[in-house]
Amino acid sequence: MKIHEYQARNLFRKYGIPVPDGDVCHSMDEVKQKVSDDDKLRVVKAQVHAGGRGKAGGVKLAKTKAEAIAAAEQILGMTIKGLTVEKVLIADAVDIEKEYYFGLINDRNTKSVTLMASAEGGVEIEEVAKVSPEKIIKMAIDPTMGLMDWQARKIALQLFDEPSQIRQAASIFVKLYQLYVDTDSSLAEINPLVLTPDKKVLAIDGKMNFDDNALFRQRKILQMREVNEDEAKEIEASAKGLSYIKLDGNIGCMVNGAGLAMATMDMIKLYGGNPANFLDIGGSSNPEKVVDAMNILLSDSNVEAVMINIFGGITRCDDVARGLVIALDEIKTEIPIVIRLSGTNAKEGLEIIRKKGLPTVSTMSEAAKTAIELSKK
Amino acid sequence: MSILINKNTKVIVQGITGRDGAFHTSKMKAYGTNIVGGISPGKGGIEVEGVPVFNTVEEAVQTTGANASVIFVPAPFAGDAILEASYAGVELVICITEGVPVQDMIKVTPVLKQNGTKLIGANCPGLITVDECLIGILPGMIFKKGNVGLISRSGTLTYEVVNMLSNNGLGQTTCVGIGGDSVSGLYYIDLLEQYEKDPETKAVVLIGEIGGDAEEQAAKYIKEKMTKPVVAFIAGQSAPPGKRMGHAGAIISSGSGTAEEKIKAFAAAGVPVAKEPSEIPGILKEKLG
Repeated sequence: MKIHEYQARNLFRKYGIPVPDGDVCHSMDEVKQKVSDDDKLRVVKAQVHAGGRGKAGGVKLAKTKAEAIAAAEQILGMTIKGLTVEKVLIADAVDIEKEYYFGLINDRNTKSVTLMASAEGGVEIEEVAKVSPEKIIKMAIDPTMGLMDWQARKIALQLFDEPSQIRQAASIFVKLYQLYVDTDSSLAEINPLVLTPDKKVLAIDGKMNFDDNALFRQRKILQMREVNEDEAKEIEASAKGLSYIKLDGNIGCMVNGAGLAMATMDMIKLYGGNPANFLDIGGSSNPEKVVDAMNILLSDSNVEAVMINIFGGITRCDDVARGLVIALDEIKTEIPIVIRLSGTNAKEGLEIIRKKGLPTVSTMSEAAKTAIELSKK
Repeated sequence: MSILINKNTKVIVQGITGRDGAFHTSKMKAYGTNIVGGISPGKGGIEVEGVPVFNTVEEAVQTTGANASVIFVPAPFAGDAILEASYAGVELVICITEGVPVQDMIKVTPVLKQNGTKLIGANCPGLITVDECLIGILPGMIFKKGNVGLISRSGTLTYEVVNMLSNNGLGQTTCVGIGGDSVSGLYYIDLLEQYEKDPETKAVVLIGEIGGDAEEQAAKYIKEKMTKPVVAFIAGQSAPPGKRMGHAGAIISSGSGTAEEKIKAFAAAGVPVAKEPSEIPGILKEKLG
């Protein structure tokens, strides 16, 4: 789960990580009300779940109150990477002497939370990692001890020169780690972390993602969730025990198992088609689940053919077939469907489907080819 | 021979009184797995599927001499279940549970190391040594005895491939589903090492997915250390970046973890990569000569 920059800032504040003053606004009325009368340098930033906001014109500097209002007017309602900007953050701009990067991430290789820090802040850290990986300091954190003060100091010493700056930075590192662990975060970044001319260390921009598996125990984080239309569909699916991701193609796929679902999409691509979605219905023959899955799948108006790919393991194909028949009776769609069943009791399952007059095949490749053909009719 | 488990493995089931725990206990028993006990705190003394139930893993291990445990408890308690098994001295722990928080897995990692516990999963289908021992939720009937080893991050895709292997006369030694989470127990390299040592295994099938760089590391390991042929398949070639494809681990982030990179790494290591699962048996037969 992702949150906006202003939400990350609020969490930073709560944990004592210094951020410049600022406010989030949802409308122009709110902007006019919240921006104070004094003419100071401000930064107006679009709050959307997309990278590259600056390049898209979603971040503007304003020297006066009037300029701040004008900037907000331009940014509110604009689209960045297909997302409409519904909120702006208006924060005090600070003078910057130097920019740094600081981040925490769950690292699969060390099986720990790994800290990353760099004196090359403000830019895309992925670029730094690719071009000059030696400029990124990395450290795996022992989960039993957490980020110890001396470790935080050791990192800060490599980035800052003066004792007061080292103290400020180390304290920010320890606080961010605490926030990360307390909230079951999966990524926390301060980019840039800045040093001001009056030698203050501040977090200028923040990004936090959270582990979806841990949201059951993170109620406060879950309350921050804001979703767009596509995400709403994905969340609706997950509430029904389905895993759904909308894609751009025209062949809807319904598969049991995530790996097989990915392999199914790949196969459609391999034979020159284009998958409309990723949809994993899990290991159940429950007709209701199939109905839910079909409804979600067909709510995408781009879908011109459907490929159902089931490998029966513990769940028997004949049970799945019975579920499919009940579900398809209920749905009644004009869109052509091809069903592939394999594995346990596949023969019996295919017989049930065939009696229903639906096209069946026994291999994935055949199913993909058939679905592509059907989509062209 | 085989790897990790065989007919002498004594298995306990954590969460045996739950719906999935009880169902799969009966399936595992039917396959011939030596299930010696189950754990359900507060329900010690009863029997489930003819298996004695204990209150703690420690008690179960002391009474039965169990050396493997399979976990079916709900996600919020799975991390603790792994810890309990590890501290009770269980050598091999298989966590089937899906949706375990990453921080919980990170916390158990140093404990596993300290106690010398091997973990498979979480969010995995388990493993099988054909005709000897099945631990987890794999459909036993699709496997045939033979000399191919298999490691996979996914579930049904594994069954799909195993079914093709069996139908093409390519039986298996041990097949392991390592799970689809980003932080999990044993990984490709740990298992490749074991397959390399196992005299019965003549070739290995590796089924990977997008996300992370475990496949790249495996490719490097194969090139440097393996003498046995390995055939690979990578799922998720058509997956867009930034979207989690069902498995918590299957996500392409900022241009890394793509299928393309993994396929390139395998090619550089001389490991053939099947374009679609149905190519695997053919390539394997060629490699086995």
